[in-house]
Amino acid sequence: MADRERRMTPPYGGVFFARTTVLDAAQVQRALTRISHEILERNQGLEDVVLVALQTGGVEIARLIARRLFEIDGVDVPMGTLDVALYRDDIGLRPVMPEAETEIPVDLAGKIVVLVDDVLFTGRTIRAALDAITAFGRPRSVQLAVVIDRGHRELPIRPDFVGKNLPTRRDEVVDVNPEGVLLGEMRK
Amino acid sequence: MSRHLINLKDLERGAIQELLHLTDRFVEVGQRSIPKVPALRGKTIAMLFFEDSTRTRLSFDLAAKRLSADVLEFPTRSSSLSKGESIRDTVETIQAMGVDGLVIRHSSSGLPREIADRVNDSVAVINAGDGLNAHPTQGLLDAYTLCQHFHTVAGPQASLEGIHVGIIGDVKHSRVARSDVHAYTSLGATVTLVAPKSLQPPNVQDWPVQISEDLDSVLPTFDVVGLLRIQKERMEEGLIQSVDDYVDRYGITEARAAKLRNEVVITHPGPVNRGIELAEAVLEHRDNVLINRQVTNGVPVRMAVLFRLLGSGVEID
Repeated sequence: MADRERRMTPPYGGVFFARTTVLDAAQVQRALTRISHEILERNQGLEDVVLVALQTGGVEIARLIARRLFEIDGVDVPMGTLDVALYRDDIGLRPVMPEAETEIPVDLAGKIVVLVDDVLFTGRTIRAALDAITAFGRPRSVQLAVVIDRGHRELPIRPDFVGKNLPTRRDEVVDVNPEGVLLGEMRK
Repeated sequence: MSRHLINLKDLERGAIQELLHLTDRFVEVGQRSIPKVPALRGKTIAMLFFEDSTRTRLSFDLAAKRLSADVLEFPTRSSSLSKGESIRDTVETIQAMGVDGLVIRHSSSGLPREIADRVNDSVAVINAGDGLNAHPTQGLLDAYTLCQHFHTVAGPQASLEGIHVGIIGDVKHSRVARSDVHAYTSLGATVTLVAPKSLQPPNVQDWPVQISEDLDSVLPTFDVVGLLRIQKERMEEGLIQSVDDYVDRYGITEARAAKLRNEVVITHPGPVNRGIELAEAVLEHRDNVLINRQVTNGVPVRMAVLFRLLGSGVEID
């Protein structure tokens, strides 16, 4: 599970207990294949497309999407990673530490940036990411791909590519990995 | 646990490693086309430099600005300090203005800690050099520079294991040497101090180092040649006989540099007395002189310290 989720969901640092399997491994793979086709279709190819994965939950997902895009279209899409800790709006409200590497391999000016994350929740991480990527140039457009949209948005942000819409309670936790998506909660 | 940074001696190895790893992040920020982040937006940092400083002051200033903090430059000469206001009054005044961080340099050893003990809970005090006592951010940036040189980045487990560092010069009067020794040895380096008896600190036997008066006998064993600035006053005080004598015994002359293995690196906290600690030609032409790298690294190291104390919401432990 994304460390970010673990840190942000009370009780902080608890242990994840799964209650239900939302998607199994095959369903996750199919969802990523569909998202990859949608990215291709929306952008009429992969010219200028750059995947930017949000640390840490989006990285593995973005790698899988990049591999699919290569299998479908034969194009090696550039991929970067982004840790948004320094751009969060809750600095000072709770412990915030940049914990993972930011590496953007290309100038983003004029590019089509597809942000990739595992779960879309309040939208605050994406807000921070939108702010952060402006430090790397002015993209032509920014799109958002997530495996799970779990609702509870606190900002006017919506995804462009979604694996599955999943109604949740606020205190629940969604664990996404290539082997499946689990819904559960944190316990001390 | 502390919300201040006064002396590296207060920090465990793990806390030093964490700050160096955080520095990796800010080095990356510095490489972006817009090398500035909003992490300390709304925070105010006051700079109180009661002693001359160029690079430390500029470096803290730039670090604060790249974190989007507001910087309050306190003019220590033209202010009411020259009218006899005490430092304590000044700190009270600045604190009453709602400052979040105080970066302080003073010629009196121990003053930053005294101030840290007095400020209210919301203020972080950062020592930018006090007397002969400590210069913690210099120690961190020197350690970071070596980690970066030997391992590209600090990483989560920064280490200088297996590295032999020589620190050469006026150790007695050097807060940089004190902080460097602590930073280097915490990370596992072996340190040898090289200085004439007159420039060795009084209680040097308690330091976790080896000591030598004879540079030429130990120089071949060093992986890092760490030079210190020699102050002209030391001659007036009779602690060294003459510049020529010092250069002859302790200067990195062209002849000495020629005998160094190529991979040996040279550091100096600056400004260099060209032709004394280090020959002009060595400074200009030798590879592996890391002096500019040290200056460059000052900014991300200080960003890491400021962010850690003012923004992360976590105390250093």
